[in-house]
Amino acid sequence: MVKAWAAKHITAIKVMLHGGALLPLCWLAWQTFSQQLGGDPVQYLTHFTGKGALNLLFVTLLISPAAKWIKWRFLLQTRRLLGLWVLAYALIHVAIFWLLDLAGRIDLFVEEVIKRPYITLGLVALLLLMALGVTSANRIRRKMGRNWQKLHNWVYLVALLVPIHYYWSVKSAVLEPSIYILIAAFLLLLRRHKLMSHLPSKVKAKVA
Amino acid sequence: MTKKILSSDITPESLYLNRRNIIKASGLIAGSAAVSPVAHAGIFGLFADEVVVPEQAVYQPKPLTIAKKVANNLTEVLTPESKVTSHNNFYEFGTNKTDPIENSKAFNPEPWSITIDGEVEKPRTFSMDDILKNHPIEERIYRLRCVEAWSMVIPWLGFSLADLIKKVNPTSKAKYVAFQTLYDPKQMPGQASRLGGGIPFPYVEGLTIAEAMHPLSLLSVGLYGKTLPAQNGAPIRLVVPWKYGFKSIKSIVKITLTEKEPPTTWQALAPNEYGFFANVNPQVDHPRWSQATERRIADGFRAERIDTLMFNGYGDEVASLYKGMDLRKFY
Repeated sequence: MVKAWAAKHITAIKVMLHGGALLPLCWLAWQTFSQQLGGDPVQYLTHFTGKGALNLLFVTLLISPAAKWIKWRFLLQTRRLLGLWVLAYALIHVAIFWLLDLAGRIDLFVEEVIKRPYITLGLVALLLLMALGVTSANRIRRKMGRNWQKLHNWVYLVALLVPIHYYWSVKSAVLEPSIYILIAAFLLLLRRHKLMSHLPSKVKAKVA
Repeated sequence: MTKKILSSDITPESLYLNRRNIIKASGLIAGSAAVSPVAHAGIFGLFADEVVVPEQAVYQPKPLTIAKKVANNLTEVLTPESKVTSHNNFYEFGTNKTDPIENSKAFNPEPWSITIDGEVEKPRTFSMDDILKNHPIEERIYRLRCVEAWSMVIPWLGFSLADLIKKVNPTSKAKYVAFQTLYDPKQMPGQASRLGGGIPFPYVEGLTIAEAMHPLSLLSVGLYGKTLPAQNGAPIRLVVPWKYGFKSIKSIVKITLTEKEPPTTWQALAPNEYGFFANVNPQVDHPRWSQATERRIADGFRAERIDTLMFNGYGDEVASLYKGMDLRKFY
Protein backbone atom coordinates (compact mmCIF):
# COMPACT_ATOMS: atom_id res chain seq x y z
CA MET A 1 0.00 0.00 0.00
CA VAL A 2 2.53 2.51 1.19
CA LYS A 3 4.96 1.32 -1.45
CA ALA A 4 2.42 1.72 -4.24
CA TRP A 5 1.62 5.25 -3.04
CA ALA A 6 5.27 6.16 -2.71
CA ALA A 7 6.14 4.78 -6.17
CA LYS A 8 3.35 6.85 -7.71
CA HIS A 9 4.27 9.99 -5.83
CA ILE A 10 8.02 9.95 -6.22
CA THR A 11 7.87 13.64 -7.17
CA ALA A 12 6.20 14.42 -3.86
CA ILE A 13 8.94 12.50 -2.04
CA LYS A 14 11.57 14.45 -3.93
CA VAL A 15 9.92 17.75 -3.01
CA MET A 16 9.85 16.66 0.64
CA LEU A 17 13.54 15.79 0.51
CA HIS A 18 14.33 19.17 -1.03
CA GLY A 19 12.38 20.79 1.79
CA GLY A 20 14.16 18.69 4.40
CA ALA A 21 17.55 19.72 3.06
CA LEU A 22 16.61 23.38 2.76
CA LEU A 23 14.97 23.75 6.16
CA PRO A 24 18.19 23.66 8.26
CA LEU A 25 19.59 26.46 6.10
CA CYS A 26 16.48 28.58 6.75
CA TRP A 27 16.83 27.84 10.45
CA LEU A 28 20.48 28.87 10.28
CA ALA A 29 19.62 32.11 8.47
CA TRP A 30 17.00 32.91 11.12
CA GLN A 31 19.48 32.19 13.93
CA THR A 32 22.04 34.38 12.21
CA PHE A 33 19.75 37.38 11.83
CA SER A 34 18.39 37.07 15.36
CA GLN A 35 22.00 36.85 16.66
CA GLN A 36 21.75 33.46 18.32
CA LEU A 37 25.04 32.06 17.13
CA GLY A 38 27.11 32.75 20.27
CA GLY A 39 30.42 34.55 20.62
CA ASP A 40 31.91 33.35 17.35
CA PRO A 41 29.14 33.21 14.73
CA VAL A 42 31.51 32.37 11.87
CA GLN A 43 32.79 29.27 13.62
CA TYR A 44 29.21 28.20 14.33
CA LEU A 45 28.23 28.68 10.66
CA THR A 46 31.28 26.74 9.49
CA HIS A 47 30.61 23.82 11.82
CA PHE A 48 26.87 23.75 11.13
CA THR A 49 27.23 23.62 7.33
CA GLY A 50 30.14 21.16 7.49
CA LYS A 51 28.23 18.75 9.68
CA GLY A 52 25.14 19.29 7.51
CA ALA A 53 27.09 18.22 4.42
CA LEU A 54 28.39 15.12 6.20
CA ASN A 55 24.95 14.12 7.52
CA LEU A 56 23.43 14.53 4.07
CA LEU A 57 26.24 12.52 2.51
CA PHE A 58 25.46 9.64 4.85
CA VAL A 59 21.74 9.88 4.05
CA THR A 60 22.60 9.78 0.32
CA LEU A 61 24.76 6.70 0.80
CA LEU A 62 22.07 5.01 2.85
CA ILE A 63 19.51 5.26 0.03
CA SER A 64 20.68 2.38 -2.16
CA PRO A 65 21.21 -0.21 0.61
CA ALA A 66 17.87 0.80 2.13
CA ALA A 67 16.06 0.72 -1.22
CA LYS A 68 17.40 -2.76 -1.89
CA TRP A 69 16.55 -3.95 1.62
CA ILE A 70 12.92 -2.87 1.51
CA LYS A 71 12.70 -3.45 -2.28
CA TRP A 72 11.72 0.15 -3.10
CA ARG A 73 13.93 0.52 -6.17
CA PHE A 74 12.31 3.79 -7.20
CA LEU A 75 13.97 5.46 -4.20
CA LEU A 76 17.24 5.33 -6.15
CA GLN A 77 15.94 8.33 -8.09
CA THR A 78 16.38 10.51 -5.00
CA ARG A 79 20.14 10.01 -4.80
CA ARG A 80 21.05 12.70 -7.30
CA LEU A 81 19.09 15.46 -5.59
CA LEU A 82 20.51 14.49 -2.20
CA GLY A 83 24.02 14.34 -3.63
CA LEU A 84 23.61 17.81 -5.09
CA TRP A 85 22.50 19.07 -1.67
CA VAL A 86 25.67 17.57 -0.18
CA LEU A 87 27.63 19.61 -2.71
CA ALA A 88 25.60 22.73 -1.89
CA TYR A 89 26.28 22.40 1.85
CA ALA A 90 29.97 21.71 1.18
CA LEU A 91 30.24 24.77 -1.06
CA ILE A 92 28.54 26.99 1.55
CA HIS A 93 30.85 25.51 4.21
CA VAL A 94 33.98 26.38 2.22
CA ALA A 95 32.59 29.77 1.14
CA ILE A 96 32.00 30.73 4.79
CA PHE A 97 35.49 29.56 5.71
CA TRP A 98 37.14 31.42 2.86
CA LEU A 99 35.05 34.62 2.74
CA LEU A 100 34.24 35.13 6.42
CA ASP A 101 36.92 33.26 8.36
CA LEU A 102 39.83 34.08 6.04
CA ALA A 103 38.29 37.37 4.84
CA GLY A 104 38.47 36.18 1.22
CA ARG A 105 42.26 36.22 1.22
CA ILE A 106 43.62 33.86 -1.41
CA ASP A 107 47.14 33.72 0.09
CA LEU A 108 45.75 32.62 3.47
CA PHE A 109 43.47 30.06 1.82
CA VAL A 110 46.38 28.48 -0.05
CA GLU A 111 48.49 28.54 3.10
CA GLU A 112 45.76 26.87 5.14
CA VAL A 113 45.23 24.17 2.52
CA ILE A 114 48.95 23.40 2.50
CA LYS A 115 49.63 23.75 6.23
CA ARG A 116 46.60 22.04 7.68
CA PRO A 117 46.33 18.38 6.62
CA TYR A 118 42.67 18.26 7.58
CA ILE A 119 41.90 21.15 5.25
CA THR A 120 43.84 19.44 2.45
CA LEU A 121 41.61 16.39 2.92
CA GLY A 122 38.52 18.57 2.95
CA LEU A 123 39.50 20.29 -0.27
CA VAL A 124 40.17 16.95 -2.02
CA ALA A 125 36.70 15.83 -0.93
CA LEU A 126 35.16 19.06 -2.22
CA LEU A 127 36.87 18.74 -5.63
CA LEU A 128 35.58 15.17 -5.95
CA LEU A 129 32.06 16.27 -5.00
CA MET A 130 32.24 19.03 -7.61
CA ALA A 131 33.29 16.52 -10.28
CA LEU A 132 30.31 14.35 -9.34
CA GLY A 133 28.01 17.36 -9.32
CA VAL A 134 28.89 18.70 -12.77
CA THR A 135 28.54 15.23 -14.32
CA SER A 136 25.18 14.54 -12.72
CA ALA A 137 23.00 15.71 -15.63
CA ASN A 138 21.37 12.91 -17.65
CA ARG A 139 22.87 14.11 -20.90
CA ILE A 140 26.42 14.03 -19.57
CA ARG A 141 25.78 10.71 -17.91
CA ARG A 142 24.77 9.15 -21.26
CA LYS A 143 27.77 10.67 -23.01
CA MET A 144 30.19 9.31 -20.42
CA GLY A 145 28.95 5.76 -20.76
CA ARG A 146 30.70 3.31 -18.43
CA ASN A 147 33.12 5.97 -17.23
CA TRP A 148 30.27 7.71 -15.42
CA GLN A 149 29.91 4.92 -12.84
CA LYS A 150 33.69 4.72 -12.48
CA LEU A 151 33.83 8.43 -11.68
CA HIS A 152 30.90 8.30 -9.32
CA ASN A 153 32.39 5.44 -7.31
CA TRP A 154 34.79 8.06 -5.95
CA VAL A 155 31.99 9.09 -3.61
CA TYR A 156 33.14 6.23 -1.37
CA LEU A 157 36.48 7.94 -0.93
CA VAL A 158 34.65 11.17 -0.07
CA ALA A 159 32.68 9.24 2.58
CA LEU A 160 35.99 8.32 4.23
CA LEU A 161 37.82 11.62 3.77
CA VAL A 162 35.14 13.86 5.27
CA PRO A 163 34.82 12.16 8.69
CA ILE A 164 38.64 12.05 8.91
CA HIS A 165 38.68 15.78 8.04
CA TYR A 166 36.30 16.29 10.98
CA TYR A 167 38.23 14.03 13.38
CA TRP A 168 41.51 15.76 12.56
CA SER A 169 40.12 19.25 13.11
CA VAL A 170 39.12 18.88 16.78
CA LYS A 171 41.42 19.56 19.73
CA SER A 172 40.08 16.67 21.81
CA ALA A 173 36.54 15.34 22.38
CA VAL A 174 36.92 12.90 19.51
CA LEU A 175 33.77 10.94 20.42
CA GLU A 176 31.50 12.53 17.85
CA PRO A 177 33.94 12.41 14.92
CA SER A 178 34.72 8.79 15.88
CA ILE A 179 31.03 7.93 15.60
CA TYR A 180 31.01 9.51 12.13
CA ILE A 181 34.01 7.41 11.07
CA LEU A 182 32.23 4.28 12.31
CA ILE A 183 29.11 5.18 10.31
CA ALA A 184 31.26 5.71 7.20
CA ALA A 185 32.90 2.32 7.77
CA PHE A 186 29.46 0.73 8.15
CA LEU A 187 28.20 2.31 4.91
CA LEU A 188 31.27 1.04 3.07
CA LEU A 189 30.93 -2.39 4.65
CA LEU A 190 27.45 -2.66 3.17
CA ARG A 191 29.13 -2.32 -0.21
CA ARG A 192 32.06 -4.63 0.42
CA HIS A 193 31.32 -6.85 -2.61
CA LYS A 194 31.12 -3.91 -4.97
CA LEU A 195 34.26 -2.31 -3.53
CA MET A 196 36.16 -5.59 -3.69
CA SER A 197 35.26 -6.09 -7.33
CA HIS A 198 36.92 -2.77 -8.14
CA LEU A 199 40.20 -3.65 -6.44
CA PRO A 200 43.05 -4.80 -8.71
CA SER A 201 43.18 -8.62 -8.75
CA LYS A 202 46.61 -8.76 -7.02
CA VAL A 203 45.34 -6.81 -4.04
CA LYS A 204 42.20 -8.92 -3.98
CA ALA A 205 44.24 -12.09 -3.67
CA LYS A 206 46.06 -10.66 -0.69
CA VAL A 207 42.89 -9.49 1.06
CA ALA A 208 41.25 -12.86 0.52
CA MET B 1 56.82 45.38 19.72
CA THR B 2 54.11 46.79 21.92
CA LYS B 3 51.41 48.90 20.32
CA LYS B 4 50.61 52.29 21.82
CA ILE B 5 47.35 53.46 23.31
CA LEU B 6 44.56 55.32 21.59
CA SER B 7 41.99 56.05 24.26
CA SER B 8 39.24 56.59 21.68
CA ASP B 9 39.38 52.91 20.85
CA ILE B 10 38.35 51.72 24.27
CA THR B 11 34.66 51.21 25.05
CA PRO B 12 33.41 54.47 26.60
CA GLU B 13 33.22 54.19 30.37
CA SER B 14 29.65 55.52 30.52
CA LEU B 15 28.54 52.71 28.25
CA TYR B 16 30.23 50.05 30.23
CA LEU B 17 29.14 51.38 33.60
CA ASN B 18 25.62 51.57 32.30
CA ARG B 19 25.80 47.96 31.19
CA ARG B 20 27.11 47.09 34.63
CA ASN B 21 24.04 48.61 36.29
CA ILE B 22 21.69 46.78 33.98
CA ILE B 23 23.36 43.51 34.82
CA LYS B 24 23.36 44.38 38.51
CA ALA B 25 19.63 44.93 38.29
CA SER B 26 19.02 41.70 36.45
CA GLY B 27 21.16 39.95 39.02
CA LEU B 28 18.77 41.15 41.71
CA ILE B 29 15.82 39.79 39.79
CA ALA B 30 17.56 36.49 39.28
CA GLY B 31 18.33 36.30 42.98
CA SER B 32 14.73 36.60 43.97
CA ALA B 33 13.33 34.36 41.25
CA ALA B 34 12.53 30.80 42.13
CA VAL B 35 15.35 28.54 41.03
CA SER B 36 13.67 25.67 39.24
CA PRO B 37 16.07 22.80 38.83
CA VAL B 38 15.83 20.70 35.69
CA ALA B 39 17.72 17.49 35.21
CA HIS B 40 20.19 18.16 32.46
CA ALA B 41 20.73 15.05 30.37
CA GLY B 42 23.30 15.61 27.66
CA ILE B 43 23.57 13.98 24.27
CA PHE B 44 24.47 10.26 24.47
CA GLY B 45 24.03 10.58 28.26
CA LEU B 46 27.46 12.18 28.50
CA PHE B 47 26.59 13.97 31.67
CA ALA B 48 25.69 11.88 34.68
CA ASP B 49 22.02 12.02 35.51
CA GLU B 50 22.47 13.26 39.07
CA VAL B 51 23.89 16.59 37.90
CA VAL B 52 21.09 19.11 38.13
CA VAL B 53 21.47 22.38 36.24
CA PRO B 54 19.02 25.12 37.26
CA GLU B 55 17.53 27.51 34.72
CA GLN B 56 19.06 30.55 36.43
CA ALA B 57 22.68 30.57 37.52
CA VAL B 58 22.85 30.16 41.31
CA TYR B 59 25.85 32.49 41.40
CA GLN B 60 25.61 36.01 40.00
CA PRO B 61 28.77 38.14 39.64
CA LYS B 62 28.96 41.04 42.09
CA PRO B 63 30.45 44.50 41.54
CA LEU B 64 34.08 44.79 42.64
CA THR B 65 35.85 47.92 43.84
CA ILE B 66 38.77 48.76 41.61
CA ALA B 67 41.71 50.27 43.51
CA LYS B 68 43.81 51.02 40.47
CA LYS B 69 43.48 51.02 36.71
CA VAL B 70 46.77 49.97 35.21
CA ALA B 71 47.64 52.11 32.21
CA ASN B 72 47.39 49.87 29.22
CA ASN B 73 49.01 50.30 25.86
CA LEU B 74 46.45 48.51 23.76
CA THR B 75 44.96 50.07 20.67
CA GLU B 76 42.53 47.23 20.16
CA VAL B 77 38.79 47.36 20.82
CA LEU B 78 37.56 45.39 23.84
CA THR B 79 35.70 42.15 23.24
CA PRO B 80 32.11 42.80 24.41
CA GLU B 81 31.25 41.34 27.81
CA SER B 82 28.47 39.21 26.27
CA LYS B 83 31.04 37.42 24.10
CA VAL B 84 33.66 37.11 26.85
CA THR B 85 31.09 35.32 29.00
CA SER B 86 29.46 33.14 26.33
CA HIS B 87 32.39 31.85 24.28
CA ASN B 88 34.49 29.76 26.64
CA ASN B 89 36.76 26.75 26.68
CA PHE B 90 36.10 25.21 30.09
CA TYR B 91 35.79 21.46 29.57
CA GLU B 92 34.61 21.00 33.17
CA PHE B 93 31.30 22.31 31.82
CA GLY B 94 31.34 20.72 28.36
CA THR B 95 33.43 20.92 25.22
CA ASN B 96 31.41 23.31 23.05
CA LYS B 97 32.11 27.03 23.36
CA THR B 98 28.54 27.75 24.46
CA ASP B 99 28.42 24.84 26.96
CA PRO B 100 30.12 26.54 29.95
CA ILE B 101 27.57 29.35 30.29
CA GLU B 102 24.74 26.79 30.14
CA ASN B 103 26.21 23.98 32.22
CA SER B 104 27.79 26.11 34.96
CA LYS B 105 24.53 27.38 36.37
CA ALA B 106 24.66 25.03 39.37
CA PHE B 107 28.23 26.08 40.16
CA ASN B 108 28.63 27.96 43.43
CA PRO B 109 32.09 29.41 44.12
CA GLU B 110 31.13 30.56 47.62
CA PRO B 111 32.75 29.80 50.01
CA TRP B 112 36.15 29.16 48.40
CA SER B 113 39.73 28.75 49.54
CA ILE B 114 43.13 28.20 47.96
CA THR B 115 45.86 26.09 49.51
CA ILE B 116 49.48 26.99 48.77
CA ASP B 117 52.02 24.35 49.70
CA GLY B 118 55.13 22.52 48.48
CA GLU B 119 58.51 24.25 48.51
CA VAL B 120 57.44 27.09 50.81
CA GLU B 121 58.32 28.07 54.36
CA LYS B 122 54.78 28.91 55.38
CA PRO B 123 52.21 26.68 53.66
CA ARG B 124 48.78 28.25 54.04
CA THR B 125 45.15 28.08 53.07
CA PHE B 126 43.65 31.44 52.13
CA SER B 127 39.93 32.04 52.11
CA MET B 128 38.60 34.03 49.18
CA ASP B 129 37.52 36.75 51.65
CA ASP B 130 41.12 37.04 52.94
CA ILE B 131 42.42 37.26 49.41
CA LEU B 132 40.00 40.01 48.40
CA LYS B 133 40.66 41.93 51.64
CA ASN B 134 44.46 41.83 51.37
CA HIS B 135 44.99 42.53 47.69
CA PRO B 136 44.00 45.86 46.12
CA ILE B 137 42.17 45.01 42.89
CA GLU B 138 43.69 46.33 39.69
CA GLU B 139 42.05 46.50 36.30
CA ARG B 140 44.32 45.21 33.55
CA ILE B 141 43.34 45.00 29.91
CA TYR B 142 45.05 42.01 28.31
CA ARG B 143 44.88 40.20 25.00
CA LEU B 144 43.87 36.55 25.35
CA ARG B 145 45.13 34.31 22.54
CA CYS B 146 43.64 30.82 22.38
CA VAL B 147 45.75 28.00 20.91
CA GLU B 148 42.82 27.43 18.54
CA ALA B 149 43.78 30.74 16.83
CA TRP B 150 41.04 33.04 18.10
CA SER B 151 41.59 35.91 20.51
CA MET B 152 39.87 38.49 22.70
CA VAL B 153 40.74 41.69 24.58
CA ILE B 154 39.47 41.51 28.14
CA PRO B 155 39.42 43.99 31.06
CA TRP B 156 40.45 41.66 33.87
CA LEU B 157 40.33 42.51 37.58
CA GLY B 158 42.92 40.98 39.87
CA PHE B 159 46.38 41.25 41.33
CA SER B 160 49.88 39.95 40.63
CA LEU B 161 50.35 36.25 41.31
CA ALA B 162 53.73 37.17 42.78
CA ASP B 163 52.02 39.07 45.65
CA LEU B 164 50.31 35.89 46.82
CA ILE B 165 53.35 33.66 46.38
CA LYS B 166 55.55 36.07 48.39
CA LYS B 167 53.19 35.61 51.35
CA VAL B 168 54.24 31.95 51.77
CA ASN B 169 58.02 32.47 51.38
CA PRO B 170 59.18 30.09 48.62
CA THR B 171 62.29 28.06 49.50
CA SER B 172 65.39 28.01 47.29
CA LYS B 173 64.17 24.70 45.86
CA ALA B 174 61.04 26.28 44.42
CA LYS B 175 61.69 26.19 40.66
CA TYR B 176 58.14 25.71 39.36
CA VAL B 177 54.59 26.58 40.34
CA ALA B 178 51.81 24.01 39.80
CA PHE B 179 48.12 24.90 39.73
CA GLN B 180 45.04 22.74 40.11
CA THR B 181 41.37 23.34 39.24
CA LEU B 182 38.55 22.22 41.53
CA TYR B 183 37.46 18.62 41.04
CA ASP B 184 33.78 18.39 41.88
CA PRO B 185 31.69 16.40 39.37
CA LYS B 186 28.53 17.32 41.28
CA GLN B 187 29.01 20.97 40.31
CA MET B 188 31.00 20.45 37.12
CA PRO B 189 28.94 18.25 34.81
CA GLY B 190 31.78 17.86 32.29
CA GLN B 191 33.80 16.03 34.95
CA ALA B 192 30.85 13.71 35.58
CA SER B 193 30.76 12.76 31.93
CA ARG B 194 32.02 9.25 31.42
CA LEU B 195 34.08 10.46 28.51
CA GLY B 196 35.17 13.72 30.12
CA GLY B 197 35.50 15.64 26.88
CA GLY B 198 38.71 13.77 26.21
CA ILE B 199 40.83 15.32 28.96
CA PRO B 200 41.68 13.97 32.43
CA PHE B 201 40.49 15.83 35.52
CA PRO B 202 41.36 17.70 37.65
CA TYR B 203 42.87 20.15 35.17
CA VAL B 204 46.45 21.04 36.09
CA GLU B 205 48.83 23.72 34.82
CA GLY B 206 52.27 25.05 35.64
CA LEU B 207 54.75 27.89 35.25
CA THR B 208 58.41 28.34 36.02
CA ILE B 209 58.99 30.39 39.18
CA ALA B 210 60.35 33.26 37.04
CA GLU B 211 57.18 33.27 34.92
CA ALA B 212 54.98 33.10 38.00
CA MET B 213 56.81 36.00 39.68
CA HIS B 214 56.64 38.15 36.53
CA PRO B 215 54.50 41.27 37.14
CA LEU B 216 52.27 40.50 34.13
CA SER B 217 51.15 37.15 35.62
CA LEU B 218 47.74 37.91 37.04
CA LEU B 219 45.49 36.13 39.48
CA SER B 220 42.13 37.32 38.23
CA VAL B 221 39.04 37.55 40.41
CA GLY B 222 36.83 39.45 37.98
CA LEU B 223 36.18 41.01 34.59
CA TYR B 224 34.20 43.97 33.32
CA GLY B 225 33.90 45.49 36.79
CA LYS B 226 32.44 42.43 38.52
CA THR B 227 33.55 39.15 40.06
CA LEU B 228 34.16 36.32 37.58
CA PRO B 229 31.11 34.47 36.25
CA ALA B 230 31.28 30.68 36.75
CA GLN B 231 32.04 30.02 33.07
CA ASN B 232 35.10 32.31 33.16
CA GLY B 233 36.71 30.49 36.08
CA ALA B 234 35.07 31.81 39.25
CA PRO B 235 36.14 32.79 41.78
CA ILE B 236 39.86 32.96 40.96
CA ARG B 237 41.88 32.08 37.89
CA LEU B 238 45.26 32.62 36.33
CA VAL B 239 45.83 34.98 33.39
CA VAL B 240 49.20 34.74 31.65
CA PRO B 241 48.74 37.01 28.64
CA TRP B 242 51.84 35.99 26.65
CA LYS B 243 50.90 32.30 26.66
CA TYR B 244 48.12 30.38 24.92
CA GLY B 245 44.85 30.49 26.82
CA PHE B 246 44.97 26.92 28.10
CA LYS B 247 47.81 27.93 30.47
CA SER B 248 45.44 30.37 32.21
CA ILE B 249 43.85 27.76 34.49
CA LYS B 250 40.42 28.45 35.95
CA SER B 251 38.73 27.97 39.36
CA ILE B 252 42.01 27.31 41.18
CA VAL B 253 41.92 25.42 44.51
CA LYS B 254 45.57 24.57 44.92
CA ILE B 255 48.98 26.06 44.15
CA THR B 256 52.07 23.93 44.80
CA LEU B 257 55.65 25.13 44.47
CA THR B 258 57.86 22.34 43.17
CA GLU B 259 61.46 21.57 42.35
CA LYS B 260 60.64 19.57 39.20
CA GLU B 261 58.55 20.57 36.21
CA PRO B 262 54.95 19.66 37.07
CA PRO B 263 52.69 17.77 34.63
CA THR B 264 50.22 19.95 32.72
CA THR B 265 46.93 18.71 31.25
CA TRP B 266 47.27 19.42 27.53
CA GLN B 267 50.94 18.55 27.39
CA ALA B 268 50.25 15.20 29.05
CA LEU B 269 47.45 14.56 26.56
CA ALA B 270 49.29 15.45 23.34
CA PRO B 271 52.95 16.34 23.99
CA ASN B 272 53.67 16.78 20.28
CA GLU B 273 50.94 19.43 20.03
CA TYR B 274 51.10 21.31 23.34
CA GLY B 275 54.28 22.16 25.23
CA PHE B 276 54.92 23.18 28.84
CA PHE B 277 55.82 26.75 27.88
CA ALA B 278 53.06 27.34 25.30
CA ASN B 279 54.25 30.88 24.61
CA VAL B 280 52.28 32.59 21.85
CA ASN B 281 54.57 32.29 18.83
CA PRO B 282 53.48 32.99 15.23
CA GLN B 283 56.58 31.23 13.91
CA VAL B 284 55.91 27.87 15.54
CA ASP B 285 52.78 26.27 14.12
CA HIS B 286 50.55 23.78 15.86
CA PRO B 287 51.09 20.47 14.00
CA ARG B 288 47.56 20.66 12.63
CA TRP B 289 47.10 24.40 12.05
CA SER B 290 48.97 27.65 11.56
CA GLN B 291 49.59 30.04 14.47
CA ALA B 292 50.65 32.94 12.22
CA THR B 293 47.26 34.65 12.34
CA GLU B 294 44.30 34.74 14.70
CA ARG B 295 40.62 35.65 14.56
CA ARG B 296 39.93 38.56 16.90
CA ILE B 297 36.53 38.26 18.51
CA ALA B 298 35.41 41.88 18.92
CA ASP B 299 32.11 43.72 18.48
CA GLY B 300 31.45 42.77 14.85
CA PHE B 301 29.65 39.72 13.44
CA ARG B 302 32.83 38.56 11.76
CA ALA B 303 35.97 38.00 13.75
CA GLU B 304 38.71 39.88 11.81
CA ARG B 305 41.76 37.85 10.96
CA ILE B 306 44.87 39.62 12.23
CA ASP B 307 48.54 38.74 12.50
CA THR B 308 49.57 37.03 15.72
CA LEU B 309 52.31 38.87 17.62
CA MET B 310 55.33 37.22 19.21
CA PHE B 311 54.57 36.61 22.90
CA ASN B 312 51.09 37.93 22.06
CA GLY B 313 52.57 41.45 21.88
CA TYR B 314 54.21 41.29 25.34
CA GLY B 315 57.72 40.63 24.01
CA ASP B 316 59.21 43.82 25.52
CA GLU B 317 58.20 42.64 28.96
CA VAL B 318 58.81 38.87 28.81
CA ALA B 319 61.29 38.00 26.03
CA SER B 320 64.18 38.22 28.54
CA LEU B 321 62.70 35.23 30.42
CA TYR B 322 63.55 33.03 27.45
CA LYS B 323 66.94 34.40 26.44
CA GLY B 324 69.04 31.78 24.68
CA MET B 325 66.21 29.26 24.67
CA ASP B 326 65.29 27.46 21.44
CA LEU B 327 61.61 28.36 21.25
CA ARG B 328 61.00 25.74 18.54
CA LYS B 329 62.17 23.03 20.87
CA PHE B 330 60.58 24.46 24.01
CA TYR B 331 57.21 25.34 22.50
